[in-house]
Amino acid sequence: MDTAIHTEKETWGTYQKHVADDNYYYARSCIRQNFFPASEYMFLHILRKVLGKHVYDDPNHTTCTGIGYHSDIVPFETIQTVVARHFALMTEAGLENIAISCVTSFGIYTEILETWQHFPEQLEKTREFLYKATKREFNLPKNIAHTSDIIYKFRHEIAEKAVYKLVHAQTGEPLNVVEHIGCHYAKMFPTKGIGGAEFPQVLSGMITAWGGKVIDYPERRHCCGFGFRNYLVQANRGYSVSNTYKKLESMQPYNPDFILTNCPGCAMFIDKWQYTIAEMEQKTFDSQGKGIPVLTYEELAALVLGIQPWDVGLQIHQIQSESLLDALGIPYDTALKYVDKQGNQLPLPNKPNNLLH
Amino acid sequence: MDIDFCAELEQDVRFKEGLKACMNCGICTAICPAAELYNYDPRSIITSVQLRNNLQIKELLQSETIWYCGQCMSCKTRCPRGNTPGFIIQTLRKLSQKYGYFTHSEKGRQQYAIKKTVGENVLKKGYCVHPDLVSYDMHQEQGPIWQWVQQHKQAIYERLGANLDKEGAGALRKIHKKNLDELQAIFDVTNGTELYTIIEEESKKQAERMNLGFSDNIDNEYFKHVYTYNSNTHSE
Repeated sequence: MDTAIHTEKETWGTYQKHVADDNYYYARSCIRQNFFPASEYMFLHILRKVLGKHVYDDPNHTTCTGIGYHSDIVPFETIQTVVARHFALMTEAGLENIAISCVTSFGIYTEILETWQHFPEQLEKTREFLYKATKREFNLPKNIAHTSDIIYKFRHEIAEKAVYKLVHAQTGEPLNVVEHIGCHYAKMFPTKGIGGAEFPQVLSGMITAWGGKVIDYPERRHCCGFGFRNYLVQANRGYSVSNTYKKLESMQPYNPDFILTNCPGCAMFIDKWQYTIAEMEQKTFDSQGKGIPVLTYEELAALVLGIQPWDVGLQIHQIQSESLLDALGIPYDTALKYVDKQGNQLPLPNKPNNLLH
Repeated sequence: MDIDFCAELEQDVRFKEGLKACMNCGICTAICPAAELYNYDPRSIITSVQLRNNLQIKELLQSETIWYCGQCMSCKTRCPRGNTPGFIIQTLRKLSQKYGYFTHSEKGRQQYAIKKTVGENVLKKGYCVHPDLVSYDMHQEQGPIWQWVQQHKQAIYERLGANLDKEGAGALRKIHKKNLDELQAIFDVTNGTELYTIIEEESKKQAERMNLGFSDNIDNEYFKHVYTYNSNTHSE
């Protein structure tokens, strides 16, 4: 009996993950800097100002080239050496923990560290390449985390400081939330994600800690459809939108209040393809014809903490969030939605033909 | 002299990691988003590779089929033997480009469009994706909000805490020339630059064969063709 319990504990132990407590080197995401810049801003704000942690945001950090690697125009040796340069920058900053904003990058860093473990000669070759190209040297990180791992780690501290809960302001009932986890978070290396590929907790843990209800649905683990070359080339985009369509159709019967994602591309595609599908087929997957809002975990954490929605960047989502904000009882000033930093009104964006605002 | 493609594949660590012993169960095809949409069967590709059939591998390198995979890597999670068909696809695409076979297929020829956009952006800007790259004209599926961001990007990115094209830290900061020079040096010593050159030269030859205009920038007939053309024969 004791042996059986011990084995079960060991089994579940493989679904756990150690995440460093403090002192992170921040590796930004190309897609998020373009489409969700306020999410990265909020990550730094929450870590530094709310939780009192040290995070280094390095101007010398560059793309990891991951989108090029997964569309096969960047060789494996090249991306290994670019990632090694990031480790060198981390080492030079006196840090040992790397916090990675992008799920594609997280998968790549993980793949490279696994490769170096299985093929030590690849690590030595990469050290030579990096020194030859940049004269830089590096230590391996002691801890590698996706930034959603870090928000998950501190979800209870965030809950203690929360101004809002994920409940309907009128009824007190928990909101129905579906989560979508980027494929490269744990499908490639399940032991590197919280809960692995089968029972991922990284987003559902946040949702329940902040008062919401996680809704299961059949295509919960299906890819969002980015598919790298299948989006990058216009002729292939039917692949991308078809996969998102499949997910949305699968979740529709469960009436989600919003979708929570931890992957840059997923957040962007599930938001933007809803617009495309509405324009192409006059179809939305909610009851009001407005689409289902898609949030990043930093946007959600910031809203829960009482930060104003337009500081969080919700105005640059194609699916508008006012219905969700109303449900949560979060006040917002429509007059401040489309202003610049100084408060000057900007020209308004055009409205979609079919997607209601 | 015939090229020993099998020997070349076996030199790639991703091939060693990706193919242990396939038992042809087909779960990779069952889980694959590309197999659902395209005439694509990762199981049969792995079979050809596992048989070490040099002729079949050469046919794969010239085919449409190796270009359908979206590299979601769902196959890695599900394979009961620990294989990763997605890794094998990466190694096949590497060889297809090395030997210029990628221009034999409609989907393979698209590598030129990816090199001209994402590839050149990496070395010019230090980002795979940048607001200047994701133009509304080429990405109308991004909708009117993205069009609005494009029209007022300085003001909007500043409002949202970014540091667009400016010195210092922050989202979308200008990547300093010394960092771009390091990226270029890394590409030079690791054959990244060589791959870009192969894609460019083989595409130029293909453009001549197809009687399509070709130039250094993306404003040419061949780019427009490979970026937009879909024969709609991929699901038959």
